[in-house]
Amino acid sequence: MKLFSRLIPFSGMRQVPKRVTVHAVLLAYTVIALFPILVVVINAFKERRAIFRDPLGLPDSDSFTLVGFQQVLLRSDFGLYSWNSLVVTILAVGLVLLLGAMAAWALTEYKFKGNLLITFLFAMGIMIPIRLGTVSILSLMVNLDLVNTLTALVLVYIAQGLPLAVYILSEFVRTIPKELTEAARCDSVSEYKIFFCVILPLLKPAMATVAVFTMIPIWNDLWFPLILSPGEETRTITLGVQQFVGQYVTDWNSVLSALTLAIVPVLILYTIFSRQLIRGLTSGAVK
Amino acid sequence: MTPSNQHDEKKPFPWHLVFFLGPGLLIYVVFSVYPLLDTLVLSLYNEQQGQNGFVGLQNFITLVTDDTWSQAFWNALGNNFKFFAIHMLVQNPIGLLLAVLLSSPKLRLSGTYRTLIFMPTMLSVVIIGFVWQLLLSPIWGISENFLYSIGLGQYFDAWLGKESSALITLAFISVWQFVGIPMMLIYATLLNIPDDIVDASVVDGANSFQTFWHIKLPLILPTIAMVSILTFVANFNAFELIYAVKGALAGPDFSTDLMGTFFYRTFFGFQLQQGSASMGAAVATLMFLIILVGVMLFLFFIQRRIQRFQF
Repeated sequence: MKLFSRLIPFSGMRQVPKRVTVHAVLLAYTVIALFPILVVVINAFKERRAIFRDPLGLPDSDSFTLVGFQQVLLRSDFGLYSWNSLVVTILAVGLVLLLGAMAAWALTEYKFKGNLLITFLFAMGIMIPIRLGTVSILSLMVNLDLVNTLTALVLVYIAQGLPLAVYILSEFVRTIPKELTEAARCDSVSEYKIFFCVILPLLKPAMATVAVFTMIPIWNDLWFPLILSPGEETRTITLGVQQFVGQYVTDWNSVLSALTLAIVPVLILYTIFSRQLIRGLTSGAVK
Repeated sequence: MTPSNQHDEKKPFPWHLVFFLGPGLLIYVVFSVYPLLDTLVLSLYNEQQGQNGFVGLQNFITLVTDDTWSQAFWNALGNNFKFFAIHMLVQNPIGLLLAVLLSSPKLRLSGTYRTLIFMPTMLSVVIIGFVWQLLLSPIWGISENFLYSIGLGQYFDAWLGKESSALITLAFISVWQFVGIPMMLIYATLLNIPDDIVDASVVDGANSFQTFWHIKLPLILPTIAMVSILTFVANFNAFELIYAVKGALAGPDFSTDLMGTFFYRTFFGFQLQQGSASMGAAVATLMFLIILVGVMLFLFFIQRRIQRFQF
C-alpha cells in the first residue's frame, strides 16, 4: 500500500476519495452543529399539532402560524429586554474599547513605577473569572445603591472585558513604529493629541476584534443579570428568556418562539461580524 | 509614580498617565480586583454568630468536614472533574479532527464549514440548554424517533432526568456547543505552520499521517495546552447550563451539581437552607484556588516546557 502510493504520488487516484471523505465528515458535523437550532426555529412557526405530528417538516400553509410569537410578545416584555441588552452591551463594549485602548497605550508607551504591577494585574484578569467576586460585588452594588440598574451591569462588564482588551491592544500598540510618535513629539504635539489623532485610528482593526470578543459574553451572560438586576425593568434578554421559558414549559409554541426570538439577534450579529471574529481568532489575537 | 518624578524638576506630574490609565484601572480595581480580594477575606469571617466575626479557616473546615456541607461540596467538586474530563476527552479530539480536516490544502467551502460549525458557540448557554432539553424530551420524541430510524431505538431514555446520565448528557451538550473553540484555535495554528517545514518532510518521504504526527502535532501542542486551560477555567466556573436545564437545585438529587451551582445555592440559599455570604465567599475562594492552581500548573510546567516548540 505504502509502496503503491509512493510509486504514483501525483496520480490523483488517492486524492479524489480523500477529498470526498473530508467533505463528508465536515458536512456531517455541520449538520450536527446546525440541526438542533434549525429544528427549534422551524417549529416556532408551526401549529401545536404540527409540532408534534411532523417535527422535522417545514411549516406549510396549513400549519404555519405566528401564535407563539404573539403570545411571547404580549405576555412578556421582550422588546424591553432586548433594549436593555442592547444598551448594556453597546455601553460596555464601547467603554471597554476606549478605556482599554487608553490603558494599553499608557502601559506600553510610558515607563513608570508600577507599570509592571498594573500590567500583571490586568493579565491576571484574563484567567481569573470576575464571577468569583460576586459576593462582594453584590454588597458593593447595594452600598452604591446600584442594584437593579443597568449601570451596575455596565460597570461589571467593563471590569470583565478590560483585561483581554488591554492585552490584545497592547500587543497591537507594540507593532506601531516608534518613528510615528517620536516625529509627533518633535513637533511638540501633545500626548493626548498623539493618542486620539494618531494611535486610536491605527488601532481600529484590533479594536474590531476586541469588540466581537467582548460583546458575545456580555450579550449572553445570565449570572450578573440574575444577581445584580433581576427586576422586571432591568432584565436582559438572556434572563428574560430564561425566566419566560422556565415559566411556560408546557406551552410549546411560546417556548419555541421565545427561543427563536433570542437566537435571531445573535445570528444576525454573527453574520455581520463572523469575518472579523474568525480573522481575530486565526490571527492569533487571543494567544 | 509621583515619588520618582518629584525630585526631577524638569518633569511635571504625569497627568496624561492619570488620564489614560486612571479610568480603566479605577473601574477594574473597584469592580474586579477589590471584590475578588474582599471575597477571599470575607471567607475568613462568619456572620451567623450574631456579628461578623473572624473565624479563620473555620468556614473551609465546615465545608470539607461537616456532614451536610461536605457531602454537597465533594459531590459538586467530583461532578466538576467529571464534567471537565468529558470535555477534554471528547471536545478536544473532535476539535482537533475538524481543524485538521478544515486545514486540508485547497479545500473548497472551508470558510463556510468553519462559520457554520462555530455558530453554536456564539449562542447563549441558556438558549442551547433549552434547545437540547426540547430535543431530548421524550414528549416530543425527536431523539427517540431518530434513534429508532437508525435501529438504536431501545437505547433511548430520558437521559436528562436520570441521576446516572444527567451529568454526562449535560457535558455532551456543552461539548457540542463549544467544540468550535478548539477547532478554531488549532486551525489557526495549523495555518501558521510555515509551508517549507511541511514540504521538507514530504520531500523526505513522509506520508501525510507521518507529517501530521511528527511535524504538525508537536507544533500545535502549545495550542492544545492553551485550549485545555481555557476549558478548565470555563468548566470550573460553569453555571448557566445547569441552571437553565436543571434549576439551582441541579437535579435529579444534585447529580448535576457543579461548583458554580453549589456556589449560587450557598450564597443565595434554597428551599431548606438560608443563604450565607461568608459561606458563599468560602466556596468562591475554593473555586478561585482550584482555578489558580490549574493556571499556575499550566504556566510553570506545560507552557515552559513546550515553549521551545514554538515558531
